[in-house]
Amino acid sequence: MTKASKLIYFFIFLVTILGIVPWLIEISGRWDYYYTLTSVALLSIASSGVWLTFYIGRINIGQGAYALAGGYVVAILVTKYDVSFWLSVPIAGLFCSFVSMLIGASILRLRGVYFAMITLVLTEVAKLTAMSLPITNGAKGISSIALPGELSIFGIIIIPDFSTLANVKLAFYYVAVILMIFVFAGMYRLVNSRIGHLCRSLQQNEELASSIGVNITILRIIAYSISSFLGGIGGAIFVSISQSVYPTTFQVADSINFMLNVFVGGMGYVFGPMIGTLFIYFGWDLLFTTGKYQLLIYSSIIIALILVLPNGLLSLRIFNKSNKREIK
Amino acid sequence: MEQVLTNGVYLGAQYALIALGLTLIFALMNVLNFAHGQMYVLGGFVTYTVYGQFEMPFVVAILASAVTLAIVGALVEKFLFRPVLKNSEREESSMLLAAGLAFFLDAVILLLFGEKQRGVPKIIDGVMNWDFLIIMPYDRILIGVLAITFIVTFILFMQYSKPGRAMRALAQDKVAAQLMGVNVTRYSMLGFALGAMLAGIAGGLLVSIVGVNSGIGGPISIKAFMMVMIGGAGVISGAIAGGFILGMLESIGLTVLVAYGDMTYLLIFVSLMIFLSIRPQGLMGKPWG
Repeated sequence: MTKASKLIYFFIFLVTILGIVPWLIEISGRWDYYYTLTSVALLSIASSGVWLTFYIGRINIGQGAYALAGGYVVAILVTKYDVSFWLSVPIAGLFCSFVSMLIGASILRLRGVYFAMITLVLTEVAKLTAMSLPITNGAKGISSIALPGELSIFGIIIIPDFSTLANVKLAFYYVAVILMIFVFAGMYRLVNSRIGHLCRSLQQNEELASSIGVNITILRIIAYSISSFLGGIGGAIFVSISQSVYPTTFQVADSINFMLNVFVGGMGYVFGPMIGTLFIYFGWDLLFTTGKYQLLIYSSIIIALILVLPNGLLSLRIFNKSNKREIK
Repeated sequence: MEQVLTNGVYLGAQYALIALGLTLIFALMNVLNFAHGQMYVLGGFVTYTVYGQFEMPFVVAILASAVTLAIVGALVEKFLFRPVLKNSEREESSMLLAAGLAFFLDAVILLLFGEKQRGVPKIIDGVMNWDFLIIMPYDRILIGVLAITFIVTFILFMQYSKPGRAMRALAQDKVAAQLMGVNVTRYSMLGFALGAMLAGIAGGLLVSIVGVNSGIGGPISIKAFMMVMIGGAGVISGAIAGGFILGMLESIGLTVLVAYGDMTYLLIFVSLMIFLSIRPQGLMGKPWG
């Protein structure tokens, strides 16, 4: 793909999600889709974090832990210390990446199935910690978190107070989608940078990489902390939308779903998590009409997808006619 | 104290039985079976139906659970895991498949058996009381003994029978075993069926004590993962050790920390993470599985 056509695709994508989608929702009157799409955007941010750990060759089923931690940080900062939402979201992300550096220093030495199992346990640890710490208010959780206030620099209001807006859902949609664009653009840049190439060397053979002089320990921790940062901010905004957080907001099933999003989209593609999340979340929503067979049909589709498309949706022909593999 | 230790041994026997199946599947196929807890639940419901609803003898019910799960395991291996393992480029695909299978079994169990907590009448009544030091209902003792019997039978089978030896060879080195004339496809299928069967037997045994409901599959899987990690993935002795250690820790923790509730599990989880960062392969596992 040439640079120009890439830009055109990017522009079409921007117009679609910032202009056409809200317009379609406006004329169809399905306001509930804003919530769905906002969730998709936020979950795909967290999933792209999982994707990055896959990229260094680790199976990460612990993103739920960081999403939960991010959610609690925002909830506590906003309700107890009156910190602005716009400040507390980055704090939540940094908190998560700091925690993940501490944890990652030891657990990133594990590989394959061992790493997968320990991260799964991590999700459970996060839930139990939230249950037992006094500041997180136990199983009752924290509710009635205030909506984001206004954001102003030198007295100029950039983003108005959300509680004064007529349509909060639309505002959250824009916040989530714009953040998603930035995250995926950053991720694309990262993967095609020097660090990205080094990460790919980790995925293929760690011993070889380290024998050539790649500092694999630092690199693994960097990738894992970026991943957790994304999980943290995704979870933080998710919690602000629902205005409440409980120890069960993100649990093992969610961690597994983050992993599924990445798989279904395609592990070899930067934009895989976005497509995968869209497909899985929307698929689940659309299947709601099937009532009690919802889970049965959903899981059958996922199993069928794995059997038919083991390399993800983006490996389908229609997505890459011009060049077969973009970054794999 | 004696009471706590007895409870620990009893719990440990149950856990070891669950972990054995998981570790067997992992050793043979390098698949982390997310659906193990769901298989346990399915086994529990089969026993509930045969023993609780149709009022057949308990032994028949356990046999029914074992056979059902063995068939399910064999079919799953033949039609799902085998093609995926053959076609996919990355080992993670099998894990995704296992996760999808876990959702699928959850859905099937929910549709077939509903969401209510189910229990069965006691197998035998009465409580053993040994000088008020150890108090244990007879049915728990029976279940504990049965579980240990199954574990011993399984070990003997793996040690001294021909299929057992073939499976151990497969676990050690797949290519070498194949070159020596071991039929890999057949024994992988047998191993998966056996692993699923152990989960089913554990579910069938425990339904008479704690009952069963469709939601406990996931938590059981997590516990099984922990046991396997403590002992070392893919090692049979490790799974048994892990099962007994976790059973003991739980039993002691719940007594000592009774005032704090969830603290026990938090402590177990955290100490597990510290333990694994020092010894990543568990007690008896091979490095890097």
